Amino acid sequence: MSTITLKVNGITHTLDVERSTPLLYILRNDLGLQGPRFGCGLGQCGACTVIINGAAVRSCITPVSSVKEEITTLEGLSSPGKLHPLQQAWIDEQAPQCGFCQNGQIMTAKAMLDKNPHPTDANIREAMNTTLCRCMSYYRVQAAIKRAAKAVADARSASRKEAAV
Amino acid sequence: MNASTGIPQQIEDILSTHPGATHPGSTHRRGFLKSAGMLVVSFATGAGALATEADAQTGAASHPAGPYHDPDFRQLDSWIVVHDNNTATFYVGKTDCGQGTGTSFRQLMSDELDIAFEQTTCIMGSTDNTVDQGGSGGSTAMERDSWPMRRAAAEARRVLLEMGSAHLGTPVDQLAVGNAVITIKGDPSKRVTYGELIAGKKFNVTLTGANVNVVTGVAKVKPVQELRYTGQSPQRDDIPAKVDGSLKWAVDVKLPGMVHARNVKPPFACAKLTGIDESSVRDIPGFIRVVKKGNYVAVVCEREEQAVRAARQLKTTWEKPSTAPFPASEDLFNYMRAATATSASRPIVEGDPDAAFSSAAKVIEAEYEVPFQGHTAFAGAHATADPSNGQMTVYSNDMKSYGMRRGVAEFLGMPHDKVRVIWRQGPQGFGRTAADDAGCEAAWIAREIGRPVRIQWMRDEETAWDTKGPAFLVNVRGGLDANGRLIAYEYSARSCDYNHVGYNEPDTVLIAQLMGSRRAKPAGGSAATPSETYVIPNRKMTGEVVSLPLVWETPLRTGNLRDPNGPQSTFAAESFIDELAAATKTDPLEFRMKMLTTDTKDDSGFHRARSIAVLKAAAKEYGWDPRPSAGPLRAKPGSNGNILTGRGVAYSFRGQTVVAQIAEVEVNRQTGHVWAKRLVCAHDCGLVVNPQSLRNTVECATLHGLSRAIHEEVQFDAEKITSRDWFSHPTLRHADVPERIDVVLVNGDPNPNRPDLRPYGAGEAALKPMLAAIGNAIYDATGVRIRRVPFRDARVLAALKAARV
Repeated sequence: MSTITLKVNGITHTLDVERSTPLLYILRNDLGLQGPRFGCGLGQCGACTVIINGAAVRSCITPVSSVKEEITTLEGLSSPGKLHPLQQAWIDEQAPQCGFCQNGQIMTAKAMLDKNPHPTDANIREAMNTTLCRCMSYYRVQAAIKRAAKAVADARSASRKEAAV
Repeated sequence: MNASTGIPQQIEDILSTHPGATHPGSTHRRGFLKSAGMLVVSFATGAGALATEADAQTGAASHPAGPYHDPDFRQLDSWIVVHDNNTATFYVGKTDCGQGTGTSFRQLMSDELDIAFEQTTCIMGSTDNTVDQGGSGGSTAMERDSWPMRRAAAEARRVLLEMGSAHLGTPVDQLAVGNAVITIKGDPSKRVTYGELIAGKKFNVTLTGANVNVVTGVAKVKPVQELRYTGQSPQRDDIPAKVDGSLKWAVDVKLPGMVHARNVKPPFACAKLTGIDESSVRDIPGFIRVVKKGNYVAVVCEREEQAVRAARQLKTTWEKPSTAPFPASEDLFNYMRAATATSASRPIVEGDPDAAFSSAAKVIEAEYEVPFQGHTAFAGAHATADPSNGQMTVYSNDMKSYGMRRGVAEFLGMPHDKVRVIWRQGPQGFGRTAADDAGCEAAWIAREIGRPVRIQWMRDEETAWDTKGPAFLVNVRGGLDANGRLIAYEYSARSCDYNHVGYNEPDTVLIAQLMGSRRAKPAGGSAATPSETYVIPNRKMTGEVVSLPLVWETPLRTGNLRDPNGPQSTFAAESFIDELAAATKTDPLEFRMKMLTTDTKDDSGFHRARSIAVLKAAAKEYGWDPRPSAGPLRAKPGSNGNILTGRGVAYSFRGQTVVAQIAEVEVNRQTGHVWAKRLVCAHDCGLVVNPQSLRNTVECATLHGLSRAIHEEVQFDAEKITSRDWFSHPTLRHADVPERIDVVLVNGDPNPNRPDLRPYGAGEAALKPMLAAIGNAIYDATGVRIRRVPFRDARVLAALKAARV
């Protein structure tokens, strides 16, 4: 066992854990963050995705001791009373079916949009292609990503106009 | 922790509120039922560490929990509670596999009760809280199970109006009601709310009816035209908590003192355990025990990752069976051809098929193959079981939670009322959770070690050992007369479905098999005939079942996979119709329409009329251009002739729901890759309760059909499954998704001409014709008929090369 410090969603935690423990189990079972979920434990499906240093990371195959930067989980996207534009778009499109995979869909989409705010359809398909959904909600998820990208762009352009005034 | 009750908030949430929904006036269910004196129920949670809810309310000392009686479906109070703030909670005996059925139930029940939709919530599927409607399955949510809910809500409205009449001193026929407020017609200042009339009291109304499906009060349900929320698309109430991470799923249940278990599966099918070296895991921190009985082995540790490690590290030895349990997957269809059938259905015969074949101008014959396909739920089977107080509480995503309660009780030899199942949301499993394994495993281990246990199957375990949709081998023969009319038809299916696993059966659940349970007479299985209404004067259709050499403790055990035999039989039947159309150089849509319109007789559900309607609707939406298939090949402009394009149609029905689908595909002749560029689905399921939810359900089912058409196959050698993850049992991905999907709801809104229009099922039907639609489109694009799914790149490329395309 080793003492490990993790910063998650703005809060710093100190834990006494095995260094090789996959980050996913620490988030879910020690920190009570259950947005990331176990789907395959192999890094193949994306259910466990969190964002570290701007990148979508599969927490099921990430040893906790290897994480040095702040971690953002699905719970960290929204602030009280205010959903992230992706989460709002997901509701507006009624994107999920069962919803079990949607942590992976949303977090992978966030990492993509943060790097590329105006993705083409091909960009979306490529960036999302290893994030699986067994209900096959893909068509709605792609629509929700486009809706969120537009909402963010519209908000930016509105705030620019406001600033100009 | 809730300061007033001493109960951890998560447990309180599980027992008292709808997942993710926040609503005013939530009544603690058990307290209500107990205080109402209707049922003697009480409440217990983890490891005896928690006070009961009733105790918390009364301040009494802790006492044993249970028994867990079933809520009485003939009591109105079992279905509806109206709170003092004029809100209502509906309790229904259904679970949701991810299509948002809870929201649709609220719409229907709000309409019948005359309460604002926003002032209601719906609790589903926990055995001691909601009546037993069987959970979910077979697309029955709206078609069958919404009816008793509607009748109960209508009866509650009637009773409240009578109470309002007494309260206001005015006859019922002079009262108006809306949004749970009763007023005197013409004098709306005189009013009383439902909440003022009933809050805190029970209805005490007994319903009638021999079973839950027919239970009814005195009141009649409303005609379709008077339904206000039904036909609208309020947003699903479960989605916000699914996108902000706040929903507590079955995988998220945590109990005080809970430990983690993982199974150790045999490395070969039908293997016998010959040794366990427990010293191989004793040094793992948190290791508690190896539990075993017969060939069932699991490890238990304090922490989840410790259990995962221990299960991998435990040294076990196994003996292979003396007979190979099954042929390798590449030999499966040869095996199925040669096998002696274990059973055969009575042939369905119309006319004189033998004579008609003799007189036919042309006879065509083809054979189709559909391999085993997996349920491959997105996460492995999971459950948490709490053995406190000599009872057993199982937290599960089992779609048939009531069946799981019976199954667990009988597996453990416990009285039914000592066991309850609390249903929580889980990953879509397409029928996998109806034959759930984890509930019995968690409960057995929990009893063995005397602590709450959480178990979850790993990916390789789930993909290899889940239940499978049966493989099908189908021969179809057709006789055409000189005018190209189909006058003789013979369909013979063989399905590899012997010892099909049923719903939560305590003697066939995998843990029971591994512990040595053998049913004297295994389930016979089934092989479906096509679901179409073509007018074919002479036809014969049969279904036979064949068995694998070994059928117990095998990972090739079949179970109900979303419309269990429909996609297989429809792939064969609707591919063959296309072959007949091509043989007569007829447009495939026109060929079908001719066979549907030859005769005007129809069944009570208007299958044929509605079949015609959905085919026409799909063709119109697609912009179908009549021409025979596989004329000159059409290359996509700019593709150097490498991308060939085509379209295919197929249709079928599931129960009363009729579906026609058109696929437009691009086939890469250099790689064999098939991309469905556009999909159209025309869908008639009668009364549409929530159009948006229905469209999403149909889109996803259509794409599931596409996934089974191009990706899914269980592969194995002669001793084990080799499909063990998302690469070896692939599923649809983002890049496979069509550019455009059009869903046409043929009966899109309540039809004013049909006040009794019934809702039919929608969970499965849109999957059924898709495999054939894709195969037909590939033929149209390439002139090559591929009679085996999935249409993976290598198979398609080999077929194109063989045909020199």
